[in-house]
Amino acid sequence: MTTLHPVRHLLRAKDLIDARYREPLDVATLARAAHLSPAHFSREFRRAFGEPPHQYLLTRRLERAAELLRNTDRTVADICLLVGLRSVGSFTTSFGRAFGLSPTAYRAAHTPAISRARVPTCVLQAYARPLSSTFGEDSRGGHG
Amino acid sequence: MPVRCPARLEKTAEAGTANVAANVHHLERNTVLKQLTHAQIWVHDQEDALAFYTEKLGLELREDVTVPEMGNFRWLSVGVPGQPDVSITLMAVPGPPVFDEETQAQIQAVLAKGAAGGLFFTTDDIQGSYEELRGRGVEFSQEPTEQPYGIDAGFRDPSGNQFRMMQAT
Repeated sequence: MTTLHPVRHLLRAKDLIDARYREPLDVATLARAAHLSPAHFSREFRRAFGEPPHQYLLTRRLERAAELLRNTDRTVADICLLVGLRSVGSFTTSFGRAFGLSPTAYRAAHTPAISRARVPTCVLQAYARPLSSTFGEDSRGGHG
Repeated sequence: MPVRCPARLEKTAEAGTANVAANVHHLERNTVLKQLTHAQIWVHDQEDALAFYTEKLGLELREDVTVPEMGNFRWLSVGVPGQPDVSITLMAVPGPPVFDEETQAQIQAVLAKGAAGGLFFTTDDIQGSYEELRGRGVEFSQEPTEQPYGIDAGFRDPSGNQFRMMQAT
């Protein structure tokens, strides 16, 4: 039997971020999913997917937060906690850098996508995630 | 050379997205392609994939033919029980003479990164299917989640292909 491609183990860690972004995820947990040591893991993840794992996690959380802002009437503080971020101040800063608007202004500017097209979740999650390069890293927002 | 109603084709090309339903209706009456029979996905290992698709996903084996004079090419397909007209071809990533080794390695890497595409399924009981598949060791990237179009969930095969299952509501 052919052994799995090494990158397939990194994909398991990426999927773990997509599945459990609401939880406090640390690098050690993600590294275990990929069967790598934490030091190797972050470097290999970046090599495979073009950004470090904590940044992928932050952009996944911001994408999910944007979705909740567009499609629910939950408060900004609620949404911050729901996507696994603890500090509302840090969330607002990261969100502003990623989307160019405060969470409240973003909500006011966007009607739900579903009112225009029947878009599956996987498409939303893939296409609506902010580019890492559009904002500076915020370590407080990125970890657990 | 047969001319196939150019005026209609132009109209189709010009039509915006608002006219999708009208175009579908138009194509039904002027069928060029009759039916989708197979969707092909790359797999890292056909034996491993066959075990996953039949034993874990519960699909049925449809075709398994190895052709010695074609470098032991193996045509392997599975399908959803009860849906005999659509099969999924589990295709090994070939090396030379089909692809040079570099191309083969690129496809294998893209597949393992989860970037080679995937398939969409439906289910009548997504919570039950989710628990059953998880119990069999299927890796989920998204648990059942309510969406405006239904409840959906996401999972992967061992190769890295992405699957969705959806229960309409």
